[in-house]
Amino acid sequence: MLKQYSFEETAVQTFDDKTSLAMRTEDMQVFYGSNHAMFDANLAFPKNQITALIGASGSGKSTYLRSLNRMNDGIATVTGKIWYHGVNINEPGVNIYEIRRHIGMVFQRPNPFAKSIRENIVYALRANGIKKKAELEERIEQSLKGAALWDEVKDNLDKSALSLSGGQQQRLCIARSIAMAPDVLLLDEPCSALDPISTVKVEETLLELQKKYSIIIVTHNMQQASRISSQCAFFHLGHIMEYAPTGTMFSNPQIPVTQDYIAGSFG
Amino acid sequence: MNAKRTDFVATVVIDLIVASVVGILFFLLAYILTAGLPHVSWSFLTGATDAFSGAGGIGVQLFNSFYLLVLTMLISVPISLGAGIYLAEYAKDNWRTSLIRSAIEVLSSLPSVVVGLFGFLLFVVKFKIGFSVISGSIALTFFNLPLLTRNIEESLSAVSRSQREAGLSLGLSKWKTELGIILPVALPGIVTGIVLSAGRVFGEAAALIYTAGQSAPVTNFADWNPMDPASPLNPFRPAETLAVHIWKVNTEGLASNAAALSAAASAVLIIAVLLFNLGARLLGNYLYRRVTASK
Repeated sequence: MLKQYSFEETAVQTFDDKTSLAMRTEDMQVFYGSNHAMFDANLAFPKNQITALIGASGSGKSTYLRSLNRMNDGIATVTGKIWYHGVNINEPGVNIYEIRRHIGMVFQRPNPFAKSIRENIVYALRANGIKKKAELEERIEQSLKGAALWDEVKDNLDKSALSLSGGQQQRLCIARSIAMAPDVLLLDEPCSALDPISTVKVEETLLELQKKYSIIIVTHNMQQASRISSQCAFFHLGHIMEYAPTGTMFSNPQIPVTQDYIAGSFG
Repeated sequence: MNAKRTDFVATVVIDLIVASVVGILFFLLAYILTAGLPHVSWSFLTGATDAFSGAGGIGVQLFNSFYLLVLTMLISVPISLGAGIYLAEYAKDNWRTSLIRSAIEVLSSLPSVVVGLFGFLLFVVKFKIGFSVISGSIALTFFNLPLLTRNIEESLSAVSRSQREAGLSLGLSKWKTELGIILPVALPGIVTGIVLSAGRVFGEAAALIYTAGQSAPVTNFADWNPMDPASPLNPFRPAETLAVHIWKVNTEGLASNAAALSAAASAVLIIAVLLFNLGARLLGNYLYRRVTASK
């Protein structure tokens, strides 16, 4: 029997005007049909930091994450405001394709295209009007280096992406995202299908990438959250219960539900 | 009986069933080929038919079959590609989509002779096109469409949803994702389906008797202007196909060697259909390796 926690008692940090933010949501609600899945989500993400979203299965972390780049369009109804560079991108008139180029996403299961490694990276670039060979080659190298995959694949760029290992495929997916030169990178449990060694590689990659990108990562793995993130938000049954710097969250959680979750005595 | 014994008996029974299916096929093939192949010669494959008795070669019919096939595919592949993409990607899960699906199922279960009769009444008589290649290929399109649409829809739906998400998350439009990412992955399956349906179209007779006609007027293979009445490419000339020829020689053929003629023509038809099947496999595998860049 799951213990009942009050949704009134929350501890969500806010940032003052001096902190530059990558993006922010304001009173965001998500509905799957008549099912209210996300309640009053108010979170702000500081620039060039890794923010981890943690919580049990079904707590709404992935739902929240997928709303940020409008991947829930056609699947769920999202209301409220999503602020990105001073624009509310949760408006019908917003060009979602443009938005997704700025807010990239990496999924739980590695999903490289059934094409060569090279094509995986350049396909979307070409579709967006980058045709110059030199520029494409440059982007391939930069993005693969950024995802720490370059040394492993540089001699085999024409090999099928499907012939790579799971960890390499996931890093290719990260490379594919950062090749678009995004601003924010959303990752939905990127390591849950990977072995521990591949996980370490992806984590190292992310720590390196936060210098250039703002990263929001959903993870089931609390060790992972504490290893790589600067901020951490705890989700419970569609509510954001606590949001604090990761160190504080893990050493001194403010409210009972977070304390129980982090202590492992949840429910 | 213990589990091990049950398992053994079940395995033997299943093996026997499979063996009988394969056995029937090989028996049929062997029978048709041994009966027909001895009568197949180069002059039979290329020669002209005597319009009255049905004796002689099958050159024109062979050409007609391929020409009709090409025309049918030219009409039906684009339409079913559009319909398949619509059903797999754009159709919402509502009553309208299920109505479309059942319409496609009904169309695919129409007897080919009915489709032929319909084509006869509408194109041949009403539109006054007459017995012609074009009437035949439109009739064949009718029952080729549902099979192809189904095949294309299934091939597209078999592609993992995560591939679509990957495309969308990179800022690609739905259409661009569909065309550049999903379609190439589904292509081997689609091509296999097209070639297999080509085999069915190639062997179809009932729908063509009333639409493409039962006569193969002498055509001038030196004249490739589609507008000339004697040109083999003229889509408005009557065109008896190989399958129709077999039916005709058997039912109303006056040639003394009618049995040998139809056996030989059947052997040729079977070989052509087998080649389509083999081609479908090879082409499908080849395309899969090409698009996925796996060697």
